[in-house]
Amino acid sequence: MSVGLEHYLVVGAVLFAVGLYLALAKRNFVGVLMGIELMFNAVNLTFVSFSRFAESPNPLDGHVFVIFVITVSAAEAATALALAVLLYRVKDTISVDEIDMLRW
Amino acid sequence: MDDAGTVIAFWVLSAATISSAAATAAVRNLIHAVVLLVVSFMGVAGLYITLSADFVAVTQILIYAGAISVLMVFAIVLTPRGERGNAEGFLRLPALLLAGLVAVTLIFVAVDTEWVISDRPGFQETASVIGEALLDRYVLPFEIASVLLLVAMLGAIVLVRPDSAMEDE
Repeated sequence: MSVGLEHYLVVGAVLFAVGLYLALAKRNFVGVLMGIELMFNAVNLTFVSFSRFAESPNPLDGHVFVIFVITVSAAEAATALALAVLLYRVKDTISVDEIDMLRW
Repeated sequence: MDDAGTVIAFWVLSAATISSAAATAAVRNLIHAVVLLVVSFMGVAGLYITLSADFVAVTQILIYAGAISVLMVFAIVLTPRGERGNAEGFLRLPALLLAGLVAVTLIFVAVDTEWVISDRPGFQETASVIGEALLDRYVLPFEIASVLLLVAMLGAIVLVRPDSAMEDE
């Protein structure tokens, strides 16, 4: 029994769905962020598996894209967690249900 | 990829990755959720190794399992009176439904499509080729990424500076 492109794509799809559920359903700000990071991971896994299996003149370009995605997600995580700490200072909570300061 | 080692590694790693990601959603303690998320990140790194992407696998362990999980633990311990639970909000059922639909759609597309598969062997060396591509064809995105990291770092510092939150009051 051999492992092919479809196996990795299915793993990536399941990971993406779990991350989507976390990002939408969790009440805690850090939980939402965990879901977003899981979705980044699923997309990166799909990039790398296509780079390994698909026909292409420059097959390693998929890896370069993954490096860029990791860079952007690191910047996003640092900024979002700074926002969580700032929000905690102002509102004394990091529950996304209670962040309603833009509502009038 | 037919050799037994790669096949066994794929099944073990994907089972570990998906089960720990699901456990991240299921456990009720936020710190436990971060630890399970690290297990999931390590599983993805292992899957990268089975795809002969060694440089990306090491980067994954350094950035995700190392830096980002530590940042999350920092955010949790810096908010001591905040909620420590990992409960779902009122969007739980719609989110479950949407995630299920997305998973079914993506799996259907992945299995149903006739992908153009090449039969080339795994990559022999990736780091030097990635480095050359970064400084040759992708030099502009590379420089923009460095500016992005600088801006994100400055933004994080300015946001959490002790006086910045209280100035308006």
